[in-house]
Amino acid sequence: MSTSKDDALRAINKPAAYGPDLDVNQYSRQPKNWEPCPISSLPKEILERILEVGVLPERENRAASFFQIDHSVIFRAVQSLFEDKVEIMSAREALEKYDWLKDYWWKIVSVDTDKYTALAELAWDQGYFIRIFEDQKVTMPLQACLFISTDNLNQNVHNIIIAEPGSEAQIITGCTLHSSVQRGLHVGITEFYVKEDAKLTFTMIHNWAQNFDSRPRSGALIEDNGVFISNYMCFKPLKSLQMYPVAYCRGVNARARFNTIIYGTGTSYIDVGSKIVLQNEGCRGEIISRAIATDEAQIYARGFLQGEHGNTKAHLECRGLILSDKAIIYAVPELMAKVQGAELSHEAAVGKIAEEQVQYLMARGFSRSEAEALIVRGFMDVSIFGLPKELEREIQRMIDITTERAL
Amino acid sequence: MVKCILEIQNLSVEVSGKRILNNVNLQIPEGEVHVLFGPNGSGKSSLIMALLGFPAYKIVSGRIIFKGIDITSLPTNERVKMGISVAFQNPPVIRGVKLGRILSYLMPDENKIGELLVKVKFPQSFLERDINLGFSGGEIKKSEILQVLAQNGDFIVLDEPDSGVDVENLRILGTIINDALHSRSALIITHLGVILQYINANMAHVLMNGTIVCSGSPVKILGQILNEGYAWCEKCPQVKTMRCEL
Repeated sequence: MSTSKDDALRAINKPAAYGPDLDVNQYSRQPKNWEPCPISSLPKEILERILEVGVLPERENRAASFFQIDHSVIFRAVQSLFEDKVEIMSAREALEKYDWLKDYWWKIVSVDTDKYTALAELAWDQGYFIRIFEDQKVTMPLQACLFISTDNLNQNVHNIIIAEPGSEAQIITGCTLHSSVQRGLHVGITEFYVKEDAKLTFTMIHNWAQNFDSRPRSGALIEDNGVFISNYMCFKPLKSLQMYPVAYCRGVNARARFNTIIYGTGTSYIDVGSKIVLQNEGCRGEIISRAIATDEAQIYARGFLQGEHGNTKAHLECRGLILSDKAIIYAVPELMAKVQGAELSHEAAVGKIAEEQVQYLMARGFSRSEAEALIVRGFMDVSIFGLPKELEREIQRMIDITTERAL
Repeated sequence: MVKCILEIQNLSVEVSGKRILNNVNLQIPEGEVHVLFGPNGSGKSSLIMALLGFPAYKIVSGRIIFKGIDITSLPTNERVKMGISVAFQNPPVIRGVKLGRILSYLMPDENKIGELLVKVKFPQSFLERDINLGFSGGEIKKSEILQVLAQNGDFIVLDEPDSGVDVENLRILGTIINDALHSRSALIITHLGVILQYINANMAHVLMNGTIVCSGSPVKILGQILNEGYAWCEKCPQVKTMRCEL
């Protein structure tokens, strides 16, 4: 039987299905070394950066925290109130502690998917393990931060999240870098296990740099009556980003939802999709994406719904707003029904800011630029995502910070 | 002589090269309420768009004087800030832009917004709705009036405030509009004149084929239109008395 390593070795030169092909050897594997410390005692510059991706330095507002800089885990802790509800640790620590964890490792995402998954196996730099214990409802969000402090670094993380039966949690993951970092490659493998009756809301915010490349690879497995909600946001320019996370609704009545907001600026090449596979009775899926392209950004907004069982239903809604004649939005909604009774639908619309809307707001007294800013911000309205109010406010705050600068 | 709040002089307007208003002359003295009648497609709404200065409505000739100032080439938002508040007939949906966001821009005092909501019988939660998304006919009219009241201009323009509204909402709207008109000047477009049951208008004009063909008493003109149709207006002797000074 071939090992993960063997499979990875065979895939190490395999380009990804989408996105520009990268030479993974052009990046450095020499990180800075960071000693463990509380998040709040990190340099001010880092603390300012992480706030933009939803990561808080104070422990009081997060049920649990994980913080990795380059290849070093510098902090991980569960707030005392939640000690019997969740656990959080580095992935390496977890693999040593729990023998059974190998049954969750490379089980949803295949190690030989492409050269990036292969890289994450062959040059693995930590990542986190989060487990929400059976029947525990964690009322406060958990947070994880993957930070890069070294220019041109390659960081490969592998995360495992398990929501045990009947549990409920929200996780915010922020990925960002030091202002001195211009280039680099982040590969993030994340495997989600949402067990029976569990509900997991995962929110990921990316803030990279002009010449930075990012290749997340995620998969989720949702069991009976489980609910998985994934929110993804990227507002800052970067060189290239390509990801196409998949959610497998395997159990009866399993539900998955992907919400994506992309704001492409500069010369960013962004290829982001979401896929939901409906594999059992009563499964439901929803993909909502919003893409805004300005400057010379290229955005590929993909979506794929696959119905493999009767009495299933899913909808895909993709809207793009194009703010420059040099930008591109390419919306690719796909539906595949393999049985009768799989009800799949999509709507996609790409266009510029409607003049009629601008005029209407100007008739209320807004200037043209104020009206356009209001419309663009409205376009990124997160209230349609159906998130918990607290989280919704936090995300809206982050969008406001970012768009205030951009607009 | 009373001052004119609005004076439209020989206004001709084109949209995409097509003439839609032809030599329109209209004077509204300060404090007066005027009504604009006209068949579908006669150019009533276009006159409003031109008054607001929407770029698609190209002014070929003529002038628009508001409060004694030539506003013909001013951008929309500047005209509006001078005191023109318009309730649109078919306002666009703007996803993610909440009614509350617009209202708080127009009227920063939250308590006053609360009072307005009570007036139009909107629940507080309505402020969280995306503007015009999924609004019923009556809700659109009420939301437009709400915004006009919050704008608090001294010249209000209502484009068919009574179309597609049920009896109950018509009563609410009629009362609010009547209240608002006590201290303001107005131009009200109406198709069937239903709103006239609630307000006292000083003067009516009939717009046909892009030009004003007849002016006079609102009640009399409406009566003729209802009895004989717009054909009557074409025969009607045009009233062209100067009623206000520039």
